[in-house]
Parts: sequence; C-alpha cells; structure tokens
Amino acid sequence: MSITIRYFAGVREAIGCAVEAWPADAGVPSTAAGVREALVAKGQPWSMALASDQVLRIAVNHQIVDASQVVAAGDEVAFFPPVTGG
Amino acid sequence: MTVRIQTQDFDVSTELAALHANNLQVGAVCSFVGTVRNWSKQEPNAKDIHGMTLEHYPGMTEKAIEAMVVQAKARFDMFDAVVIHRVGALLAGDQIVLVAVTSTHRHESFQACEFLMDYLKTQAPFWKKEHTAAGAQWVDAREVDDAALARWGINASNAGG
Repeated sequence: MSITIRYFAGVREAIGCAVEAWPADAGVPSTAAGVREALVAKGQPWSMALASDQVLRIAVNHQIVDASQVVAAGDEVAFFPPVTGG
Repeated sequence: MTVRIQTQDFDVSTELAALHANNLQVGAVCSFVGTVRNWSKQEPNAKDIHGMTLEHYPGMTEKAIEAMVVQAKARFDMFDAVVIHRVGALLAGDQIVLVAVTSTHRHESFQACEFLMDYLKTQAPFWKKEHTAAGAQWVDAREVDDAALARWGINASNAGG
C-alpha cells in the first residue's frame, strides 16, 4: 500500500498536480519530513515547490502535524501554504 | 452544530433563525460575516481587487472546523454554532463566511464568535487567490492573525511557518 500525497493552492500549481501516490515499491519514508525530502529529491518541480525554505504546512490524515509526524502506508499526506480563509 | 462548505451564497437571517429556533433558553445570538473587499493593503501599493477564488481541502476543512466548534463549546458557556464558508469564484462585495453562536447572555457568544473566527483564520485549510487587473495572486498569510489566536493561549504557527 502506498502513501497518498495531496497538494493545495500555490503548491498544487507549482507541482502541476493535486494528488499523487508514493509508490509502495519505493519504500515509504517514516516521517512527514521524510516524505517531503524524498519528493524534493525527485527534482523539479517538487524540489522548488517543497524546498526547505518554503513555508509550508503539513497534514497527515486530515490533521495538521509537525514535520516529525510518523507516517505509514495508507496515510494521506498533504502539503500546502499557510492558510488564508475567513 | 452546523458546518457547511459551499459555493452558493447564504442568507444570514435564515441561518440565524435556524440556529436558535428550537432553544428558548437562548438570549444572545452573535454573528460575524466576512465579505470580499475590493482593495488590499498587503502590497506596498494598494490594489483593486475585482474578485477572488477560494480553494479548500474537502474532508479536512469540515473536520477542522467541527473540531474548532468542539473547542469553543469547551471554553465558553454557549449553546450552539453555525459556520458556513464559501469556496469557488467570488466577486467583490460577496459574502465569504458566516460564524454565529448562541448563548444565554451576550458576553459568551461575542467571545466564542471571535474565538472561532481567530481559529478559522489560521487553522482551517482555505486559500484565497485575488484577482486584480495585473493578474491573479495567492494571498499571503498574516502574522497578525497568528497573534489573534495567541491571545486565546493557542499557538497558531501559520504565517510564521
């Protein structure tokens, strides 16, 4: 089972897709930060959109979490800019 | 509790009436309506905004707001709340968001309404894209909104990362 990865707003536009799967045969990074680093390692457009100097928030299974949050196969991990609703 | 994310407009009178219709103990209904401004001071130069597009995270946004209402109920002596937030394409002057709270006396509903808005601004996954004559641009989060939530003893960590 793989991880589902979602992008929103400016991150979605920069990467050019709203959702993708982290392939199960690639091994699943153990933390949210690990997922981000693995995506950055893929090169453009992920390397710029998810670069460590980009202020992003991360949600795992619909909860905003710290980058150290443990992730496992079957989880949904989302990367998005600071929120601006209301 | 009523939480709705919708593209269509809402009627404040209808929503407020429904919020306290079945509770004769209610003595206060406090509501806040956010609308689309036609100008912004976020840039060095003020700009004209003719509309905006709002994006959300279906599934998570609803859960996040429901959790906020649960927190508000734990903090304040309130009866109920309604939160309606629009998404999609909006024009200057349009209603964006309604937050309304019922309580026995005014103080608690005023406080809970402000708490919910402060919470929503920094913790609910919505994103605004402004449309101006120069093109479309995502709105930057504001640290002043983090500070507003901090007044309630909650660390927002939104604009500051």
